[in-house]
Amino acid sequence: MNCIIVDDETTARAIVSKLCSDTQDMNVLEEFSSAIDAIKFLNKQSVDVVFLDIHMPTFTGFDFVETLKESPKIVLVTSDKELATQAFEYENIVDYLVKPITQERFNKSVVKITNALNNQTIINSAENNKPAKQNNELFINIDHRLIKLKFDEILLIKALGDYINIKTEKEDYKVHTTLKKIKEKLPQNTFIQTHRSYIINFTKIIDIEDNSVLIAKNVVPISRSSRPELMQHLNLLK
Amino acid sequence: MTTEKPNLDYIKELAGGDSSFEQKFLDIVKNEFPVEKKEYLDCLNRRDNNATAEIVHKLKHKLNILGLHDGYRLAVGYEEELKCGDYKLKDDFLSVLNVIDNYILTI
Repeated sequence: MNCIIVDDETTARAIVSKLCSDTQDMNVLEEFSSAIDAIKFLNKQSVDVVFLDIHMPTFTGFDFVETLKESPKIVLVTSDKELATQAFEYENIVDYLVKPITQERFNKSVVKITNALNNQTIINSAENNKPAKQNNELFINIDHRLIKLKFDEILLIKALGDYINIKTEKEDYKVHTTLKKIKEKLPQNTFIQTHRSYIINFTKIIDIEDNSVLIAKNVVPISRSSRPELMQHLNLLK
Repeated sequence: MTTEKPNLDYIKELAGGDSSFEQKFLDIVKNEFPVEKKEYLDCLNRRDNNATAEIVHKLKHKLNILGLHDGYRLAVGYEEELKCGDYKLKDDFLSVLNVIDNYILTI
């Protein structure tokens, strides 16, 4: 089996590389400290397995999985135990290793990889490597708890670096994810991105001015490029 | 103040007698730790919550590798608290880092 290792920590890469070298038929083609470099590599060359860290700066392991066009089998290698729930939403993720990895646990993972490569289903997931879709709600991970939010409770979502702030009518929630990822989970007939840092529930709009929209007590900017799309969604009396 | 002592049990087990791997791995830890500790202190001084949480996340992996399991658990909690701007565990965390500082001088 050919594999690559993607982790921004040198020690973590050294550990996985050593475990692979001690495993028969596990050949490490390359190691990457950057997920972007790994994607460039995978665009040119296919591999059987990617050992992938989740928590990396600028581009997370989940971003990586969602970016790949044809994903190899993925083994997540992380110290974030609480992200396991999210990992199980992707069909190509065959295992989830918590650091520091032992040889014994790694060996079990190799069995899972082998089985997965032999087309045995290890992890049930949603269709075609996409997160499972919910009908009217979304579960968010806050302090190790999965909290259900109904779409019609959400007013707007704002990007905050590595986090997003979800404003609802009752409460605000800070979640470690990206605007791009949550946008994929939201119904397009209700939510629209009005600015690179904002997604709004346009059923909650109170009024619109030239370059801003009022939602509850929040003034949200509208970029010039997103304004035509927003206007299309409105039932406008001309 | 932590009473837990670092050890090389995990590294030795992983190396399985491969002394060149063991040395290579220790060199990585010895080279990276002081840099990461300095980065942590810089972020802490700037009171940059997210950047401090990021570097604590990175450092906590080394605590685990060096067998500091209580220190690791402390770091897990500290990282979460930092994201909310809570620095109350900083002295405890610094004492764990100082233990490693002293230890890597001996290996």
